[in-house]
Amino acid sequence: MHPCNSINYDYTVAKYFMFSTILFGIVGMAIGTLIAFQLAYPDLNYLAGEYATFSRLRPLHTSGVIFGFMLSGIWATWYYIGQRVLKVSMAESPFLMFIGKLHFWLYMILMVVAVITLFAGISTSKEYAELEWPLDIVVVLVWVLWGVSIFGLIGIRREKTLYISIWYYIATFLGIAMLYLFNNMEVPTYFVSGGMGNWWHSISMYAGTNDALVQWWYGHNAVAFVFTVGIIAQIYYFLPKESGQPIFSYKLSLFAFWGLMFVYLWAGGHHLIYSTVPDWMQTMGSIFSIVLILPSWGSAINILLTMKGEWEQLRESPLIKFMILASTFYMFSTLEGPILSIKSVNALAHFTDWIPGHVHDGTLGWVGFMTMAALYHMTPRMFKKELYSKSLMEAQFWIQTTGIVLYFASMWIAGITQGMMWRATDDYGNLLYTFIDTVDAIIPYYWIRAVGGLLYLVGFFMFTYNVYKSIFSGRALEKEPTSASPMAA
Amino acid sequence: MFSWLEKNPFFFAVAVFVVIAYAGVVEVLPGFANNARPLESKKPYSVLELAGRQVYINESCNACHSQLIRPFKSETDRYGMYSVSGEFAYDRPFLWGSKRTGPDLARVGNYRTTDWHENHMFDPTSVVPTSIMPAYKHMFKKMADIETAYASALTQKEVFNVPYDVEGQTKLGTWEEAQAEVKAQAEAIVAQMKDPEVKAAFERGEIKEIVALIAYLNSLK
Repeated sequence: MHPCNSINYDYTVAKYFMFSTILFGIVGMAIGTLIAFQLAYPDLNYLAGEYATFSRLRPLHTSGVIFGFMLSGIWATWYYIGQRVLKVSMAESPFLMFIGKLHFWLYMILMVVAVITLFAGISTSKEYAELEWPLDIVVVLVWVLWGVSIFGLIGIRREKTLYISIWYYIATFLGIAMLYLFNNMEVPTYFVSGGMGNWWHSISMYAGTNDALVQWWYGHNAVAFVFTVGIIAQIYYFLPKESGQPIFSYKLSLFAFWGLMFVYLWAGGHHLIYSTVPDWMQTMGSIFSIVLILPSWGSAINILLTMKGEWEQLRESPLIKFMILASTFYMFSTLEGPILSIKSVNALAHFTDWIPGHVHDGTLGWVGFMTMAALYHMTPRMFKKELYSKSLMEAQFWIQTTGIVLYFASMWIAGITQGMMWRATDDYGNLLYTFIDTVDAIIPYYWIRAVGGLLYLVGFFMFTYNVYKSIFSGRALEKEPTSASPMAA
Repeated sequence: MFSWLEKNPFFFAVAVFVVIAYAGVVEVLPGFANNARPLESKKPYSVLELAGRQVYINESCNACHSQLIRPFKSETDRYGMYSVSGEFAYDRPFLWGSKRTGPDLARVGNYRTTDWHENHMFDPTSVVPTSIMPAYKHMFKKMADIETAYASALTQKEVFNVPYDVEGQTKLGTWEEAQAEVKAQAEAIVAQMKDPEVKAAFERGEIKEIVALIAYLNSLK
């Protein structure tokens, strides 16, 4: 036997982050569902005075899901996977244990203050970077703590070679660190003006077109390094573990990783097609977005082919189902993205509901499914309990898949309808519709989207219940399962 | 080489960082100075307009409204002349938005009036019967934050050399001068409004958020 099997991994911090993943998942998705209904039925804007209008809640939804749910998920899995692939327990290092706990609690404080300030309308307006400067500094501290955890654990590792997942965690850390720092460069006005006005107010270091350029260089690549890279880190560990199959190809892993690192940032320009940034940047954004298919599909194919010869597991295990559907949605979304980046398609789709549709087939399908699968896989191993219900998991899978399909299909139709109506002219070249005509036309699709979102949220509650029951009334396991997670019918 | 990197985390991290950062250096940096050059006719925002701009930001109006007109006939017909880089030189932050749930506002000052905005913000369906925009009645109650707006303008002047107090440009002056300027600009807007509370408040020397927001929206041309 391998001597490392005797290591007792310490999952304290992983458990903390697992709970915050679930908590912020519920909060973020519930707000998302509410704002989806608000678009279809505007009276829902007045549930809590000025604090519950669509415009106030929208940044709360995006930040809650991206930085609450997804990042918590990435950290929960880091504090689980990190120890296991580096063959070292956090219990061996009181320092790293302290850092891990500090990381969690500082993050929780940050999130609470972030929610309060966003509710209060304190915002810099930059998408996914709305927090004002004092909070930005706390974000940086939280991020540094995670960095200490990553490189600290790597420093005391027993396994010499870094497993693929670790590559991706390092990339998430470095990528977001760079992007966040540069995009949030701002000058607090209180200090320059000698103490006038609100102390927390700031203005961006960049103006106009430059600000847009830096913002979308950040915004696009927050997608890269949270939604994509962080989640690939998870699937490269959990799919082989759950299925008992080795990764299909090391060479393909290498190609996909370094390709993704190189290409992803170039593609940010596709958010600014037909804007006032220089034309060559728009073209670069467009071209590199198409090149991006190669490394993206490289990872996805590598993951799917890992199941080669073992496809019957897909029928037997809902957990494998979640992971494979996640990868399929990843392929789907990374094909849709490049299509949207083609200039003529972008001219039609930009500013329409196709864009939220595209984001959500990626986030609900790929990120959401993979994060939940990861948490399901970790539960029996961290709590030494059998998963509570397989049939509940099956039902959840189908309810959420239906939700996603309703979501993206309705938003495609809505988006294309909008785009076509905005540009439609009569025989004399006059615009055929007023703006409000185009709003009226898509209300039915807003209803369908909201119902889709609601189904996904219901599925998330089923997931929460299943995990809760597993921990508190699942059958105790004597030893850790080697591959497939045990689950009661 | 790759297998060596995988055993040497420090060099691995350096390699990843260089590969990630490369695109930023090539794409983002070269155009920086050029893009920041203001259009000749463009003037910096007045303090009241900046206060209104802050209301726009705080309410995340940019979540539903863009301020970027693309160079297509359908857009220039609908919204006006397409956007050019030099128009945005005093926009910190930029407010292009990424989604049009409502129409573009880049030149809304050309075709909507103070009166229209007042009705629209108080009850959107009173001017657009099927509007899905929420009402922003609290803007008629809350005070505009003129002091922070002044601090913001001063910061732009001092740190970024935005041409306040330059011949032919927007006047900023001292805090007292700026307050008088704000009052004069607000007076012209309040005179065109009908809400008695907003008017009464202005008589008491208070400027409500709605007044600042309208000043900002009127400045978008």
